[in-house]
Amino acid sequence: MTASRSHRLRLEAITHRFGASTAVRDINLDIAGGELVALLGPSGCGKSTLLRIISGFIRQTEGRVLFDDSVVDALSPAERGVGIVFQNYALFPHMSVGENVAYGLQAHKWPRERIGKRVAEMLDLVHMGEFASRKPRELSGGQQQRVALARCLAIDPKVLLLDEPFGALDKNLRLDMQIEVKRLQRQSGITTILVTHDQEEALSMADRIAVMSRGHIEQVSTPTGIYDTPQTLFVNEFVGTTNVLRGEFIEGPAVRLEHGPILPVGPDKAFQQGRAVVVSIRPEQLRFRPAPSDGAFAAVITTVLPLGAQVVYDVALTGGPSLKIAEPRDAEGGLRPVGATVYLAPASPAACNVFPAS
Amino acid sequence: MEADSRLVLPLAAIFTAFFVAPLVVLLLLSLHGDIAMQGWTLHNYVKFFTDPFSYSILIDTLLLGVKATLVCLLFGYPIAWLCARAGARWQSVLVFLVILPILTSVVVRTFSWIVILGRQGLLNQVVMGLGLSNEPLRLLYTEVGVVMVLAQVQMPLMVLPILTVLSKLDPNLADASRVLGAGEWRTFFRVTLPLSLPGIIAGCILTYAASITAFVTQTLIGGARLIYMPLNIYQQAVGANNWPFAAALSIIFMITVMIVVGVLGAIGRRSEIHGRA
Repeated sequence: MTASRSHRLRLEAITHRFGASTAVRDINLDIAGGELVALLGPSGCGKSTLLRIISGFIRQTEGRVLFDDSVVDALSPAERGVGIVFQNYALFPHMSVGENVAYGLQAHKWPRERIGKRVAEMLDLVHMGEFASRKPRELSGGQQQRVALARCLAIDPKVLLLDEPFGALDKNLRLDMQIEVKRLQRQSGITTILVTHDQEEALSMADRIAVMSRGHIEQVSTPTGIYDTPQTLFVNEFVGTTNVLRGEFIEGPAVRLEHGPILPVGPDKAFQQGRAVVVSIRPEQLRFRPAPSDGAFAAVITTVLPLGAQVVYDVALTGGPSLKIAEPRDAEGGLRPVGATVYLAPASPAACNVFPAS
Repeated sequence: MEADSRLVLPLAAIFTAFFVAPLVVLLLLSLHGDIAMQGWTLHNYVKFFTDPFSYSILIDTLLLGVKATLVCLLFGYPIAWLCARAGARWQSVLVFLVILPILTSVVVRTFSWIVILGRQGLLNQVVMGLGLSNEPLRLLYTEVGVVMVLAQVQMPLMVLPILTVLSKLDPNLADASRVLGAGEWRTFFRVTLPLSLPGIIAGCILTYAASITAFVTQTLIGGARLIYMPLNIYQQAVGANNWPFAAALSIIFMITVMIVVGVLGAIGRRSEIHGRA
């Protein structure tokens, strides 16, 4: 059932300009049937424009949109067969929950008996069966979102578009709804695009993430791929937190940091000798060392942030910049004191990502 | 709290002196046989409801308001819809054009309509020039003419409330409707129109109340043979010098208008509850 209902989506060389400014530039993306892909980026990166292009509200300046190998560019939003869950859910406030879900079916000229059955079935699917006669304003945020999902899944769209759908929910509810939406998505096998600026949301929900910046895609990869092997400094800095150190590339391979020390990096890093680069090390990839051994930097702890399961220390390198370092919190051991001198080094040379300095 | 509420007293005093007191005088006057106010009587009210000539004027006036309001709505809604969809610059131009009638003196405005509607007027010259009619149309001193002019003059009262509601509508709602498979028309009739009902009701109340009481427009365009309540009251008071009867007419007119506005307002409040997000 999953395979027959899943549709592929393909974006080919999509460029869109508003007057003189380019909102999205040369976007190529292949999404397999049943896949959940997140478009992740800061506001103004073009992800919403791309969503409107896929749904047919905007006709792109260049390029093609294909559903299952057929070009849909000439089709209106009504004909395209996409479902959108809007950030504010956009439920029709003058209609009951049941009427909201029935709306799309009526527009598709379903016979009345089948509409009633389908509405009940969809509301049961999202556990809202007993709320059919309520008005949207009588529902909580999470309930409104369930209705919005039921409304757009009722017409069996080819592609489901989620536009920042969890932004308006508080944190605990957000996690519940993310699990719920992922369950529904798996169950129905519907190809889904999640537009978000929230990296945690993208990392936890998506099969693959396309990180966008200034109108183009920086990298498409799995959540772990994006986090562990970012291909650009932008991706590295946007997803997760990281420490950025400036230096020049030298033989080894290694990087001579601006404040003196030499940092060995993985053998896969290849740059011209003397090339100005930036090294990025995530806080959890730094380790405390007991003594000033080879390649360990001396530093002084300036701030201690006990964040539950983890402790994050802000340390000032001797003669250099500040770094963040995270270690699992040991309930027995207590925290390292502010002002203490410590020695730290990357967990391994491979943990250092190197990018050309801009 | 005590000191705060006392600040309202001057306003309350003015309100009582210049609004409530005259109304009380009007009511007392209507319950007397003559201006000397000797003896109480319901004669004026009995006379109104038993004289077909009198109450048919009231009905004509109420119907005139309905006609002017409907014409206003018919043209006003699309104008408001266009304004709401237009870009910021076009919107301010359109809104300025819509409120222009309010900015013109009522006398100037009405006389320009006389020039347009007359036998040799602009409209008839165009109609006859195009060969649409051999005879000049009779517009001036007819109800059609009065309705046309009232609709134009009251247009801002219809357009502005509808425009306000339409511009506050969440654009995602129309998008959601489209993406669920509805065309432009279904989206309009199932989503946009029902949600703009509060604006429509507010516009109708304002245009209705303004149309039936528009003494100058009704009288100058309608002429002496088309009599509506405001002219009737004026003639009774100033022409026939029958102040008590004029007072009774005023009271009856006022209560009828309040009933109509109250009913419309109740419908409006219901639709507002439905429409609130």
